[in-house]
Amino acid sequence: MQISNKEIVTMANTDIIIHDEKDNVGVVVIEKITPSQDCNCWVMENDKSVQIQSKDEIPLGHKIAMIDLNEGDTILKYGHDIGKVVKSIKKGEHVHVHNVKTKKW
Amino acid sequence: MEIPKSFLGYKREDGRSGTRNHVIILPVDDISNACAEAVANNIKGTIALPHSYGRLQFGADLELHFRTMIGTGRNPNVAAVIVIGIEPKWTKRIVDAIAVTGKPVEGFSIEGVGDIDTIAKVSKKAQEFSIWASEKQREERPISDLWISVKCGESDTTSGLASNPTVGNLMDKLEPLGVHLCFGETSELTGAETVCEKRGKTPEAQEKFKKTWNAYNDFILKEATDDLSESQPTAGNIAGGLTTIEEKAFGNFQKIGSRQFIDVLEPAEEPTKGPGLYFMDTSSAAAECVTLQAAGGYNIHLFPTGQGNIIGNPIEPVIKLTANPLTAKTMSEHIDVDVSKILSREMNLDQAGDELIKATLRVANGRLTCAEALGHKEFVMTKLYRSA
Repeated sequence: MQISNKEIVTMANTDIIIHDEKDNVGVVVIEKITPSQDCNCWVMENDKSVQIQSKDEIPLGHKIAMIDLNEGDTILKYGHDIGKVVKSIKKGEHVHVHNVKTKKW
Repeated sequence: MEIPKSFLGYKREDGRSGTRNHVIILPVDDISNACAEAVANNIKGTIALPHSYGRLQFGADLELHFRTMIGTGRNPNVAAVIVIGIEPKWTKRIVDAIAVTGKPVEGFSIEGVGDIDTIAKVSKKAQEFSIWASEKQREERPISDLWISVKCGESDTTSGLASNPTVGNLMDKLEPLGVHLCFGETSELTGAETVCEKRGKTPEAQEKFKKTWNAYNDFILKEATDDLSESQPTAGNIAGGLTTIEEKAFGNFQKIGSRQFIDVLEPAEEPTKGPGLYFMDTSSAAAECVTLQAAGGYNIHLFPTGQGNIIGNPIEPVIKLTANPLTAKTMSEHIDVDVSKILSREMNLDQAGDELIKATLRVANGRLTCAEALGHKEFVMTKLYRSA
């Protein structure tokens, strides 16, 4: 049942996946992206492709800001509210626990 | 893909089907573990399920203990059961409830006899059960006899993007065939609870979900010293890129596809409203959740993971899938189905769902899961509060 995956990094031509058209963040799906890298993004919901230039090194599975975000803004992923910005984020920067917090507590 | 209409399973006395054919030695309480393990060591083809509880529990916590013990014995993956307790009364309660299924079950108590004579006596019965069960043959059983539970673990963003939606795709394809389905993880729906509530098929199901989630949240507010942000998301989740519990919840929620749940089950409760999707009130700790779902009667489990959870269960085979290409590479001995090609757009969700259905049927037919081959058999009772 295993599918060989030895060439996964070189085969990939999608660098970032965006789940929903409304989302303001995307997810890195290659081993990592490096600063100033031009990245291909795939919007899963409508099957469109967009481009973005990264500002940070961002590892696999981590998020990148698709637009500039200010303190207090809402992060949208899966088309839903997943938390608030606590430190302003520039388009292309790494989005994670250092600049986004839950709205639950 | 045309989905096969049957699989090769063990037909049980009550009409249900097993994907496995275990003979289990079930200790009622912590102090009977030694005896149960000695018997399982003596008699090949049996498996002991030691655990940490069963003494001086009371109220809802005791009821859950009984429900988990009884449900585990009743599970169709179990051919026959030996129950061993320190005293006869609680032992008999468990034996009688399992016996309703018609499967062979026998209880023993240690008080007044001691371990050594009990072990000798039980070993003879266990040998009889083991040899009897060894003659059971797999036969063609309808696919609707699959009861599939799901739970994800060590999730990261690849879970929400690809491996959880793969499970959702399988649910969307198998539910119309009359399969029973179950998801749980009350805590990990936090942040998506109102969206989840609306997936209840009836106003009753929605109301029941709301009550269940609120009861959980009240408990957290009462017990937590500050909040859950230290443990939810977990360190593993954060390393994988998950930032908030909301993000984790909406990723988690992808596992049920576009299905609606027909009822909300107590932990370890057997569903009674026919085929379809159920929500079970469970912890999000992997072993506790799967143990409860197995006790609810589910006979095969799907477990999407991001960073690489390694869990197994003694009676319910746990199939692991991942969409994280690094996990698929570095932890390949734990991964049954690799769907990382979704992320490189070489595979779509529809194809991944088909692959998962094929893998599920192969495991239902008898193929060992990675976790089974590695000997993972985590059996963990859920404890609601401290004992008397």
